[in-house]
Amino acid sequence: MSLAAVTRDPLDLQSLARDLEKGTSGNGALTTFTGLVRDHNQGRTVHFLEYEAYEPLAVRALERIIREAHEAWPSAHMGMHHRIGRLDIGEASIIIVVSSPHRADAFAACRYAIERVKQIVPIWKREHFEGGEVWIEGAAADPDDERAKLTAHKIACA
Amino acid sequence: MRVTVKLFARLRDLAGSGELIRSIEAPATVHTVWQSLTAEIPSLVEYETTMSVAVNAEYARMAAVVHDGDEVAFLPPVSGG
Repeated sequence: MSLAAVTRDPLDLQSLARDLEKGTSGNGALTTFTGLVRDHNQGRTVHFLEYEAYEPLAVRALERIIREAHEAWPSAHMGMHHRIGRLDIGEASIIIVVSSPHRADAFAACRYAIERVKQIVPIWKREHFEGGEVWIEGAAADPDDERAKLTAHKIACA
Repeated sequence: MRVTVKLFARLRDLAGSGELIRSIEAPATVHTVWQSLTAEIPSLVEYETTMSVAVNAEYARMAAVVHDGDEVAFLPPVSGG
């Protein structure tokens, strides 16, 4: 699978890390982030989530985030996969892997990436909870919104 | 001309379909397409200020020109991750 992907299959962190390491051997840091389906949200007991994507644009948005992170932390190389479809509690919805010579850039780029995913990637979760179901709506996606980008950068460097 | 309209998440639910083929008169913008859609499905209007739009799977603005055969997508606020 390519470094930026949207898939219905279970995510494989080891495999993504191996793919990333092919081009980055000799680096001193590899950070990873795995987002899991939580069993509660805003006081509700969650049974499972259903993710939907505008797939071609979602892949482009992931690629864009990888480019942005590389511009901000040139030594950092990133791979990022997002899963869609039905996901049960505890399953991984997103994996991010960053390799860089030193840990600071790897941690920062990884945090930046997940913040940007929540801002600009056209993916939606439908929460099936105890007593109902609801579409979760977060950010109005605008990749050119420099303020949002700056917010993600600040969080990454906090 | 014909455009393919793609709708996602709650917008899809409100429209009852994720993909609609619509004929509109040229010249048209994304806004023209949106107006014809909301005339047909008024409940979509609540998303006018919070949605994003894309043309042929690239983010675009409401003022973007739409051509025959284009795919125009309307996207509610995102919640990935």
